[in-house]
Amino acid sequence: MGTIAIPHLTRAPSRRRAMPGFGLTLGFTLSYLSLIVLIPLAALAFNAAGLGVGGIWKVLNTSQVINALKLSFGGALVAAAINAVFGSLIAWTFVRYDFPGKRALQAMIDLPFALPTAVAGIALTALYSVPTVPSPAQGWLGVPLEALGVKVAYTQLGVIVAMTFISLPFVVRTLEPVLEQIDRQYEEAAATLGATRWQAVSRIVFPALQPALLTGTALAFARAVGEYGSIIFIAGNLPNLTQIAPLLIAINLDQHEIGAATAIAAAMLALSFAILFAINLLQAWVRRSERKSA
Amino acid sequence: MSTMATTHRPFRSATAEPLSVRWLLIGFTFAFLIVFLLLPLIVVFVQAFAGGIKAYFAALADPDSLSAIWLTLKTAAIAVLLNTLFGVAAAWLVAKFEFRGKDFLITLIDLPFSVSPVISGMVFVLIFGAQTWLGGWLIDHDIRIIFAQTGLVLATVFVTFPFVARELIPLMQAQGSDEEYAALSLGASGWQTFWLVTLPNIRWGLLYGILLCNARAMGEFGAVSVVSGKIRGASNTMPLHVEVLYQDNKMVAAFAVASLLALLALLTLGLKTFLEWRHGDELAALRGR
Repeated sequence: MGTIAIPHLTRAPSRRRAMPGFGLTLGFTLSYLSLIVLIPLAALAFNAAGLGVGGIWKVLNTSQVINALKLSFGGALVAAAINAVFGSLIAWTFVRYDFPGKRALQAMIDLPFALPTAVAGIALTALYSVPTVPSPAQGWLGVPLEALGVKVAYTQLGVIVAMTFISLPFVVRTLEPVLEQIDRQYEEAAATLGATRWQAVSRIVFPALQPALLTGTALAFARAVGEYGSIIFIAGNLPNLTQIAPLLIAINLDQHEIGAATAIAAAMLALSFAILFAINLLQAWVRRSERKSA
Repeated sequence: MSTMATTHRPFRSATAEPLSVRWLLIGFTFAFLIVFLLLPLIVVFVQAFAGGIKAYFAALADPDSLSAIWLTLKTAAIAVLLNTLFGVAAAWLVAKFEFRGKDFLITLIDLPFSVSPVISGMVFVLIFGAQTWLGGWLIDHDIRIIFAQTGLVLATVFVTFPFVARELIPLMQAQGSDEEYAALSLGASGWQTFWLVTLPNIRWGLLYGILLCNARAMGEFGAVSVVSGKIRGASNTMPLHVEVLYQDNKMVAAFAVASLLALLALLTLGLKTFLEWRHGDELAALRGR
């Protein structure tokens, strides 16, 4: 063994062979990224630029488009807020308590990611609508809710239900690992110093969770804004009332109104990127103020 | 007196909530997930079998359904293969080398996640549609991209673009390059090092990424909906066929095809949970995101 090792020892340490494959992987990654993602998105930007600000504004400045954008962004905001609250409670329950059936519930959380959106769409519609003819599984929730005076299917509430369904896993999945890593000794110290359990949770655990909660909520929001398949069935798609912005894009493409579709798509992308950018800034600010107070 | 009173109270750790709160939260989680997530899934199967088992299989054996199933399998196979090759290459690049603009590259790889599915399909209409110079040239030469399988594949590749790469990048970064350097210094070639050292190390993470990528590829609706033209028996994938049957008010058939997709979702969740449970330590780098 020693005789084999000797020649290596006499070599200069810098003779270590370089990792191969830089040129190959860089070339492939960049060309594939450009072909599939960057050039197509650039085509959208190029088409939007061709319309000009005036041209885009002319398309956007109709009540149908404005209402659709309001519904997509407003609905996504409500859905993300609902998920922030319920998702936090669910993540807390998963991480802090042990109970029978937990693993099954945890596997179920990802169902909205795994279930194709069109399937979710028709299932939610069957569940929340009120059947006009007797039907086996239709109206399980729609009928009792209607008796309470709440209409879900074919209303804006239905849009929000679908958006909440599709983006539920984000907050839970982002919070879980962070909650797992929180050191319980600060909560113990707070309890020793006479804090109530609620004070310890709200003043010690919650601030530590804030950045992850913000990330999870932002992801949920981004997903809900662009969502299409799970919404269009339950929405009923009434102009000015339950039409979402992606549906207007699809309708315009169907009618070969490429310019109108481009204008709405450009507005949607610009708005979502601006909001995500603002959230990133907010997060950096939260982190900085935390470091200052620590 | 006060010590007497406290010893009679049931014991509770200082960092646990009262039993009532705990039960309330567990009860809420059960109720919410069962009503909100499980019920829609059950509805799919109840509706699919509403006309009996015969009607269910008759709906699936319909030529248009079979053609949709076949098209979905082909499209997903190509898209998953391409994105797997890309994911491995991108992860090798990011994990093994230092270069400027790396963080920006990772951001660009994740970009398709923040684009609406409809827009993801639409960008290919903007490039290859009949209204463009390129689209006109393609029509003159009888090459079909939009309203044909190539368009479906492109749209699917776009929406599932980040899946494999974003599982592999953190995994390979966490594993480091020591084993690869050892193999290289013992005289292995670059490809030998990849096949014999790297691949066995990342196989479960790779499988995990392929699983999620495939589930999304087979289930994608919005992006393929705008490039397909929805020609029955020709350019309809399973999710698009579900919509067509639903619009035609053929509920049993729509939910029968939907039930196959729901089964795929259940299979994906099952395998994913199994991988997390069986190979959780090797996938540790994937958690925490």
